[in-house]
Amino acid sequence: MRLAKKDTVKALERRGIDAKTAETLCNAGFTMGKLKKASIEDVMKAGISKTSAGKVMEKLSKIDTKVTKTTKKVKKEERGAVTPLLIDSKLKGLPLPLSIIDELRTYLNKVKPTEAQLERILQMSVDAYERARIEPCEAVGIVAAQSIGEPGTQMTMRTFHYAGVAEINVTLGLPRLIEIADARKVPSTPIMRIKLEPEYARDREKARALGWKIEETNIIDVGSIAVDMAKMQVVIELNEKILSRRNITAEEIAKKVGAETNLDVQLEGLKLTVNPGRHSYRGLLQLVEDVKGITLKGVKGIHRIIIRKENGEYVLYTEGSALKRVLQFEGVNASRTKTNNINEIAEVLGIEAARNAIISEAMDTLREQGLEVDIRHIMLVADMVTAEGEVKQIGRHGVAGEKASVLSRAAFEVTVNHLLDAGVKGHVDELAGVTENVIVGQPIQLGTGDVELMYKAKE
Amino acid sequence: MTELKRIGRIKFGLLSPQEVRKMSATKIITADTYDSDGFPIEMGLMDPRLGVIDPGLRCRTCGGRPGECPGHFGHIELAAPVAHIGFAKLIRKILQATCRKCGRLLLGEEAKKKYQDDIKKLKKIKRSTDDVIKDMFKDSIKTGVCPHCGEEQKDIKFEKPTTYIEEGHKLMPSDIRDRLERIPDDDVELLGMDASNARPEWIILTVLPVPPVTARPSITLESGQRSEDDLTHKLVDIIRINQRFQENREAGAPQLIIEDLWELLQYHVTTFLDNEVSGVPPARHRSGRPLKTLSQRLKGKEGRFRGSLSGKRVNFSARTVISPDPNLDIDEVGVPVEIAKEMTITMNVTPLNIKECKEYVRRGPERHPGANYVKRLDGQRIKVTDRNCEELAEMLGPGWKVDRQLKDGDAVLFNRQPSLHRMSIMAHKVKVMPHKTFRLNPTVCPPYNADFDGDEMNLHVPQTEEARAEARILIAVEGNMLSPRFGGPIIGGIHDHITGLFLLTRGTTLFDENDALELLRKSHIKNLPKPAIYENDKPYWTGRQIFSLMLPKGLDLTYRAKACENCDVCKKSECEKDAYVVIKNGELLCGTIDEKAIGAFTGQVLDRIVKEFGPAEGKKFLDNATRLAIRVIMHFGFSFGIDDEDIPQEAQSQIYEIMMEAEKKVKRLIDAYEIGELDALPGRTIDETLEMKIMEELGKARDQAGNIASQHLGLDNSAVAMAISGARGSVLNLTQMSTCVGQQSVRGERITRGYDERTLPHFKKRDLGAAAKGFVKCSYKKGLSPTEFFFHAIGGREGLVDTAVRTSQSGYLQRRLINALQDLEVKYDGTVRDTRGLIVQFEYGEDGIDPSKSDYGKSVNVRRIVQNVTGQDLAEV
Ligand SMILES: [Mg+2]
Ligand SMILES: [Zn+2]
Ligand SMILES: [Zn+2]
Ligand SMILES: [Zn+2]
Repeated sequence: MRLAKKDTVKALERRGIDAKTAETLCNAGFTMGKLKKASIEDVMKAGISKTSAGKVMEKLSKIDTKVTKTTKKVKKEERGAVTPLLIDSKLKGLPLPLSIIDELRTYLNKVKPTEAQLERILQMSVDAYERARIEPCEAVGIVAAQSIGEPGTQMTMRTFHYAGVAEINVTLGLPRLIEIADARKVPSTPIMRIKLEPEYARDREKARALGWKIEETNIIDVGSIAVDMAKMQVVIELNEKILSRRNITAEEIAKKVGAETNLDVQLEGLKLTVNPGRHSYRGLLQLVEDVKGITLKGVKGIHRIIIRKENGEYVLYTEGSALKRVLQFEGVNASRTKTNNINEIAEVLGIEAARNAIISEAMDTLREQGLEVDIRHIMLVADMVTAEGEVKQIGRHGVAGEKASVLSRAAFEVTVNHLLDAGVKGHVDELAGVTENVIVGQPIQLGTGDVELMYKAKE
Repeated sequence: MTELKRIGRIKFGLLSPQEVRKMSATKIITADTYDSDGFPIEMGLMDPRLGVIDPGLRCRTCGGRPGECPGHFGHIELAAPVAHIGFAKLIRKILQATCRKCGRLLLGEEAKKKYQDDIKKLKKIKRSTDDVIKDMFKDSIKTGVCPHCGEEQKDIKFEKPTTYIEEGHKLMPSDIRDRLERIPDDDVELLGMDASNARPEWIILTVLPVPPVTARPSITLESGQRSEDDLTHKLVDIIRINQRFQENREAGAPQLIIEDLWELLQYHVTTFLDNEVSGVPPARHRSGRPLKTLSQRLKGKEGRFRGSLSGKRVNFSARTVISPDPNLDIDEVGVPVEIAKEMTITMNVTPLNIKECKEYVRRGPERHPGANYVKRLDGQRIKVTDRNCEELAEMLGPGWKVDRQLKDGDAVLFNRQPSLHRMSIMAHKVKVMPHKTFRLNPTVCPPYNADFDGDEMNLHVPQTEEARAEARILIAVEGNMLSPRFGGPIIGGIHDHITGLFLLTRGTTLFDENDALELLRKSHIKNLPKPAIYENDKPYWTGRQIFSLMLPKGLDLTYRAKACENCDVCKKSECEKDAYVVIKNGELLCGTIDEKAIGAFTGQVLDRIVKEFGPAEGKKFLDNATRLAIRVIMHFGFSFGIDDEDIPQEAQSQIYEIMMEAEKKVKRLIDAYEIGELDALPGRTIDETLEMKIMEELGKARDQAGNIASQHLGLDNSAVAMAISGARGSVLNLTQMSTCVGQQSVRGERITRGYDERTLPHFKKRDLGAAAKGFVKCSYKKGLSPTEFFFHAIGGREGLVDTAVRTSQSGYLQRRLINALQDLEVKYDGTVRDTRGLIVQFEYGEDGIDPSKSDYGKSVNVRRIVQNVTGQDLAEV
């Protein structure tokens, strides 16, 4: 008898009724069965205020309608929490995306639910997922385009802004978004974030040394260049301090300049003289420019390197981008190094990497502006642009210009040329897309226009 | 019902001369249009067989009246062939790629076979053959001797626009046509042309189609004079020259004259087709305006394709100025009676609705929910007038149609341009009202991006049952409260709604029964809860209690309000800003309601209600809460005046001190810079460093001054209340009004341009000080000094230019995005494909989740589910 009472109290508590009320109820001789049949007045007779009595009724009926199915069977095991093993086996094979399964696992292991609760949680999760699924015929393309285009009006136009690294200018906002859509070969401000292997990432000196190795070094970085008119020579004065810092010797420079210009180079201490065979003044000035353009050391195109400490590791930020060359340096962590040059990523790492780069670049651009856009919209754009194995432009020279429909192309840009072309080539417009059907004045074949209703009249 | 027919496909091709003649209603031989009596001249440009535009006449081809007859083509027999300007480059390529004698492609059999195979393969997989054809042209143009007949090829020079010279000898269009005729069908395909629909010789015109008069209607001016269409003018030119050419040739005129006339004919045909060819002077109207000929009609934003075909003018639409009406439901739209009387919905009369229909007709067109037209069984449409309405109502029977006027509850589409996203068009329910503006609840302003400074909006009345069903189910405001962009609310309280609820729920304001009921008058709540407190036996309710009445039972929510300062350790319910909001079972326990509760984009309470209790509940909440807010703000009274910007004398002197101090610091920086003691920041020059440091110093000064000002301006200041609650404006705005406007900038830098080495003649040359470079230390209230005013104007101008550039740029980006993506659709197998069937994604968004049904991108809110089932409070992972 006493045991039964305790069980009832527990059962009530599980249903969210506070211990005191539960005990009062049991002492008044209520069992679960009786409680279910009881009215509010009955319960109040046990000495409970009207509000809590109402609460009790609510709790009981609420839980009952929802849990009866599962509780009945597992009533006995109910009081014990399920093991992580059971959770794992239940999670396996659920028709849910992995991310949700992982999230479920974390939470479930934390709260240790009863089996009934577990079943309910899983069922509710699956239901919620099913409810949120996209429906067939949905015009996802238009929604994606609108979702990216609409916030465009709220973006800043300022081309230069300081990102995480105050020293480097980066194109942000609308211009950057347009740049991504244009699939430009080289972004207006190429930038790399080079992450390093552990031994370099923890050692500032090693990181810096690697930085000097990668950074492009030109003559003007290590000294001054002048024209000696009297002797018709180009004279370079090197700075010893910088040379040692950049870990390059005067001899090396002399050799490099000699090899690149194919001229006689003399080295006296830190003074370099280049003697051109040509004797015109213009030729001499041209030579100065040529010498200035020589990459003495490092990777061409990496103009500046800034070292920063991020989350306990040193990271190199560069102005300019040369992914292929940089990845080959020892100490560079190739899998965590990135560039904002999408085209370069496509060439070096392949089209899937480029697709991910487009997504992350576009998301970062929007996020930086404080605009929230669902990643799925951007994924769709990235997938559309990369679907045929190369990064295509959004516009006349890419996706829009290669569409199957003549009318759609004509309605976009360069109208007349598309029509003339179609005439000569005998193109056929299948009238499958949106614009074409709008043009000829019939319903488009998307969304509700893509389904037909049939009514079968009763005989 | 008639079966709907679809146009399946459209094939493009070139018109052959035979085809032009075949489809021609008449040959046109005279350049005249109308005779002296005003009748169209036969075989003239306005021949009645080409269609009619004058009322009262009938088309001599189809017998139709103006409006019925679509118009019919005619043709002009050109006395000599001329090149089609659109194909000028193609003509050159073909001439160079084919043999001048036998007309075959300059390709060996093997190469030809290879190209043919390549093309076949590409066509099979429906890929573009452009690249192969380009290679083919390159190949054959290179070949010097014909591999078929051994003829040596001569170099062909092309001079824009339509002159082809073969080794100094000019090729006449007739010569070219002869050569093109010789190309066998087999080779034509390799040229990328479709031999059955586009023989190469057809790009040299021998017959010119004359567009029907309906495509070039003449207009009668007020003076009674006829003014012809540009195309007609051009056709007149063509016919005249054509005649002269013929006469001269028959008279045996010298070759030189013939060639000149030929050139002239070519010119006129060219400009008829395209009046913007480079190198060809555009044909002009008498007034000097360039004529709008065929190409110009198609091209560009106002052209046929973008202007008339992709965007069409429609009936059953209205447009007028909008104004707010918070008493309307969020999904209603107030329609002026005048508009409601003009806009109709067609009802099919059946035995079930005949009574209703008769009533509409009986009311006639003038008494509001009336009818404007009826359609008899024989299809005759009759206008309902005051005179015949009774009679028509009597005659009305099943099978008739009644165009009844718009009335309350009808679903209509409401739209504001620019239509940047799908929420720019939503379905509202009509509420017919007096006065002349469309009325809408201000909560729907954010999705439309509308305000009431003169904005106009459009209204469309759906005309079919399907359209009305879609409007009610898919396009309704209620169903669009969550944005597909980010899966959060896009409709929500604005301005006074937020201020009102902020005032209501802030602190512990108590309301007696009268006040409480007064606040709730516009909502549907009839009963007050248990009072929070009794004072002198009089019951009082808190603002939170009153607000809680709007919340659905069972709503549990905890979040941080806008005022939260993200303290390191949150004091939760003890927060002195009252920024920790807790709602338990539909009861607001602590915290203040502000923008983050009910605002569009951010409204957490609204978001939760819509997602957990459904859009209907969300709509109800928003309707009630905003009405409550309006009544609250009327209860307390809320205004802002110039003296709200006043700050006490002591604060002013403090601020003065800060400004002086900042100026001193700037001076010190400049001094250090001038004697070369300023150290450059890494990666910056000394000049840049100085600028950055000065900007930083001045920015700090302004912020400090702002802080001092806001210490003296409490929540009883309306602007502060609005800024804190997120209703409108910011603390920065208030600082600028009351304390200091701050640095004016152009492209993120201090103002530098102007006179030689200085911005204005008021300053010394090379002055780098704060005032000389655009720092405004006055407040808007105090007023700006002349130089400050000027700098302020410079900074303001940049903002205006920026907005103008931005709108055009982002508009173009959006157009491109739409064009690139519009045909993508989720198929029944879950893949995303384009019209060609190309799979773009195997599963939409990698998980197949619809963002608009998601919770900020998440499909399943695991935490909430686990929390609800187990009853445990969980921290986020
Ligand atoms: Mg406006
Ligand atoms: Zn006709
Ligand atoms: Zn030949
Ligand atoms: Zn806080």
